[in-house]
Amino acid sequence: MILIHCPYCDEKRPEIEFANAGQAHVARPLDPSSQSDEEWEAYLFIRANPRGRHHERWRHVHGCGRFFNAVRDTVTDKFETTYKAGEPRR
Amino acid sequence: MSGYRLENGGRIDRNRPVEFRFDGHSYQGFAGDTLASALLANGVSLFGRSFKYHRPRGIMAAGSEEPNALISVDRGAGRFTPNLRATSVEIHAGLNAFSQNRWPSLKRDFGAINDRLGMFFPAGFYNKTFMWPRSFWEKLYEPAIRKMAGLGDAPTQEDPDIYASTYAHCDLLIVGAGPAGIDAALEAMGSNKRIILIDEQDELGGGALADPALWPWLERSRKALTDASNVTILTRTTAFGYYHDNFIGAVQRLTDHMPDNSDSPREKLWRVRAGEVVLAQGAIERPLVFDGNDTPGVMLSSAAKVFANRYGAAVGKSVALMTAHDSGWHDVFALAKAGVGIKAIIDVRTEVSSALLDEANRLGINVHLNHSVTGVNGRHRVTSIQICNNDDYLGARIDCDTLLMAGGWTPSVHLWSHSKGSLAWRDEIGAYVPDQPNENVRCVGACSGGWDFGSGVIVDMLPTPKDQSRIKAFVDFQNDVTAKDIKLAVREGFRSIEHIKRYTTNGMATDQGKTSNLNGLQIASTALAKPVTDIGLTSFRPPYTPQTFGALAGHAKGALFQPTRTTNIDGWAAENGAVFELVAQWRRARYFPKMGEDMHAAVNRECVAVRSSVGIFDASTLGKIEVVGPDAAEFLNRMYTNPWKALEPGRCRYGLLLKEDGFITDDGVSARLAPDRFHLTTTTGGAARVLNMMEDYLQTEWPDLDVWLTSTTEQYAVIALQGPNARKLLEPLVEGIDLSADAFPHMAIREGTICGIPTRLFRVSFTGELGFEINVPTAYGRAVWEQLMAEGAKFDITPYGTEAMHVLRAEKGFIIVGQDTDGTITPFDAGLDWAVGKKKPDFVGKRSMARPDIVAPGRKQLVGLLTDDPNVVLEEGAQIVADPRQPIPMTMIGHVTSSYWSETLGRSIAFALVAGGHEMMGGTLHIPMPGKTHEAKVSGMVFYDAEGARLHV
Ligand SMILES: [Zn+2]
Repeated sequence: MILIHCPYCDEKRPEIEFANAGQAHVARPLDPSSQSDEEWEAYLFIRANPRGRHHERWRHVHGCGRFFNAVRDTVTDKFETTYKAGEPRR
Repeated sequence: MSGYRLENGGRIDRNRPVEFRFDGHSYQGFAGDTLASALLANGVSLFGRSFKYHRPRGIMAAGSEEPNALISVDRGAGRFTPNLRATSVEIHAGLNAFSQNRWPSLKRDFGAINDRLGMFFPAGFYNKTFMWPRSFWEKLYEPAIRKMAGLGDAPTQEDPDIYASTYAHCDLLIVGAGPAGIDAALEAMGSNKRIILIDEQDELGGGALADPALWPWLERSRKALTDASNVTILTRTTAFGYYHDNFIGAVQRLTDHMPDNSDSPREKLWRVRAGEVVLAQGAIERPLVFDGNDTPGVMLSSAAKVFANRYGAAVGKSVALMTAHDSGWHDVFALAKAGVGIKAIIDVRTEVSSALLDEANRLGINVHLNHSVTGVNGRHRVTSIQICNNDDYLGARIDCDTLLMAGGWTPSVHLWSHSKGSLAWRDEIGAYVPDQPNENVRCVGACSGGWDFGSGVIVDMLPTPKDQSRIKAFVDFQNDVTAKDIKLAVREGFRSIEHIKRYTTNGMATDQGKTSNLNGLQIASTALAKPVTDIGLTSFRPPYTPQTFGALAGHAKGALFQPTRTTNIDGWAAENGAVFELVAQWRRARYFPKMGEDMHAAVNRECVAVRSSVGIFDASTLGKIEVVGPDAAEFLNRMYTNPWKALEPGRCRYGLLLKEDGFITDDGVSARLAPDRFHLTTTTGGAARVLNMMEDYLQTEWPDLDVWLTSTTEQYAVIALQGPNARKLLEPLVEGIDLSADAFPHMAIREGTICGIPTRLFRVSFTGELGFEINVPTAYGRAVWEQLMAEGAKFDITPYGTEAMHVLRAEKGFIIVGQDTDGTITPFDAGLDWAVGKKKPDFVGKRSMARPDIVAPGRKQLVGLLTDDPNVVLEEGAQIVADPRQPIPMTMIGHVTSSYWSETLGRSIAFALVAGGHEMMGGTLHIPMPGKTHEAKVSGMVFYDAEGARLHV
């Protein structure tokens, strides 16, 4: 069971306290109505599936409840870093 | 020597004889014996039948790597454990063990015919033979194979034992308490580190237990470690898996070695998080591959030493050794000193050290260098062996009752590999050893490849003059894989060891190839004419040895499998005969049968009572979220399809929640208590999901909004009071709220007290009747409920359950999200476009409602269905077709989502999702069901009081 560092609690906690929330840095368009079908499809459905470094969102759901971002290696399952929502991509 | 028990020696307690049973016969051993050592001491050589060929098999090893001697232990009803290794089962009074995979008896086994038919069972046999025709596989081959092949029988009764589990944290976890593990513990003992030392055997020592010279050191070390307050020693504990971040799973066997079943837990699962891990798992001796190497009486030489020195049991009276490694010589020297008769040493090498030769000479042992064993005589026990010179193949026969094999050593890198540490090949020992760690872990002792057993050569197979296609030289003893099978796989084109493994099943048995992987690799390497490192290495996966499901499940079974959530009113329902159902994790009253009523009769009565007088319903499970803050209305306006900003305090609104893809995910009636405060309700199953979704948008998309979300599901008990007499019943109990129709209209909320308890009183209806939902602090739920029951007696108040609630709502055309929708249904598909704010510029899911596939024709739409025969209640889930005369397979155009008998209407009603359903009003559809295809007319979804006259009173 992986230990995950919550950037809000500033503690490493067991992964059962957390829930994955999909790819990170996919911002909801500010004006969805102005989006073309292709743009909206890309926002809704098209996601990266990298071998290696992956930016994803996690929620400390059984802890502080905050969503945050993480860089995880999809091959080794190791977390490179975690950082607060709203901070720039690492 | 009496029988096979040595006069002296061993760690057994000769003053404590133990009676036990094997295959129905009584035997005697001593405290400290394993089932294997005790039976060997009794002269038993036959322990089981092999997996595929039903060949007679004896003991091969002395530890948990034993591939052959799998046995079952019966501890009484429900306490039957198959596939235990006889070498790991401690004997105790009353032990009742059985051999496996034989019929009618171990000695006369019908399935042994498979051995004679061996030429018909090559590698990949099952894949090749039984793929066609399919019906033959299902009816003929599989049942026959299941009867003939396989290991022990699965238990058939529920396991009455209890299993404990615990979490533990330590600075240093040491796996394996042989000399290397003990040294690591002694070294760390003086620090402040919290240390856990784990070993799978019943006492510390590992290999030292078979070396009497080390026993004084072992006793001193054991005492020092036991006395140290920072060291926890776990014996009879198997570290079975090594997971991320130094998380180790281990099972401790607590009571199986004791005479009686006890009330204490049978096993305990340890989940250990360690700062550092030291692996001291040792090494496993490798068998040699030659014709007849699986005959009972052929075993590892190190095992024979363990049986003699640790258990005082001789594996035979006249023992020969076939070796490729110095360690075999040392083993038989130790055996000779313990009083075991040694017949000969056969070494595949042309030269060995003069020290070994001198010692053999001194002990009077015949030595045959540059020789190999080419055959073994005897079926249930070795009677003699055939040897020959490796150069000229000149042979000789040696009479003996036991043949030892010493093929070198394989470091146990299982846990290291679980942790994703890398391995490096070392040619001189012909084995993989730990290389780069992936966690904070190191390997010490023999599992790191460092040992002082001497040196040897690695041979894939012993040289033989025999026709290689006609001999059975076993590589994987447990899965009956021979060298021939591996060579055949290579001939048929398999190149990677991962493919060879799966084709031949080499290394795929319950022992995960502990004694077979490296021999298999060497044979494949020779056959492919490639170095071992070029053909790969199969992965080790947990568990290291098989573990019980009971230990892994722990307490999480039966009623404790998952929590059952109950409301404050649940106890009243139970006392009043409710039949319950589970909704998500909630236990809900489904109906309240009176004497002699079935569900149908009870539900009909409950429905009629609501429509004619008043019913009472426990709605406490509804999800509830308190939304507070200056931007609360703006936030809800962005989340829900409906407009919220104009909603006045004191009023309620039906809210429809979509996901961003435009599909309905939840709904519920919510109330505005104040300009900055809302009381949301969600579906019973959707509460957590909706709160998570709202938090997601609030935290990550709109962090500028000043809003707080709090789950209040468990803060309120909710009592729905529904029916024409609801107001009359409520009036005398409520204070501070004017209940009149004008002052308190439908879809309003008021705060006041009921029976003196503060309440948020909703005037809402999921039944179509005049109705209220009374929210009170949870602890008062049952008290208020009982007061309402008492006051309601004069109206013949009727408690109703979820089943009647479903019928009542369906009569009114109200959907249940998740039953009438399936995650691909838009508001328009569900006929809920009235709940979508057309003028809102944006809300979650709005843009998707214009997606091409959502505006395309032919989508499944929710409609009402009225069967032509009003007495037919369609099956929920039944498929719908347009033309029942079309050929099979028919084109399904939809399915029934809700279907009930409506006592109020005197007929059946149903909802269905039908492609293009909104365009089919009045049309006939066909619903094939078992026995008959039914006709139904497409209708609107509101079957009762369409104008809402009963609501607005
Ligand atoms: Zn946190």
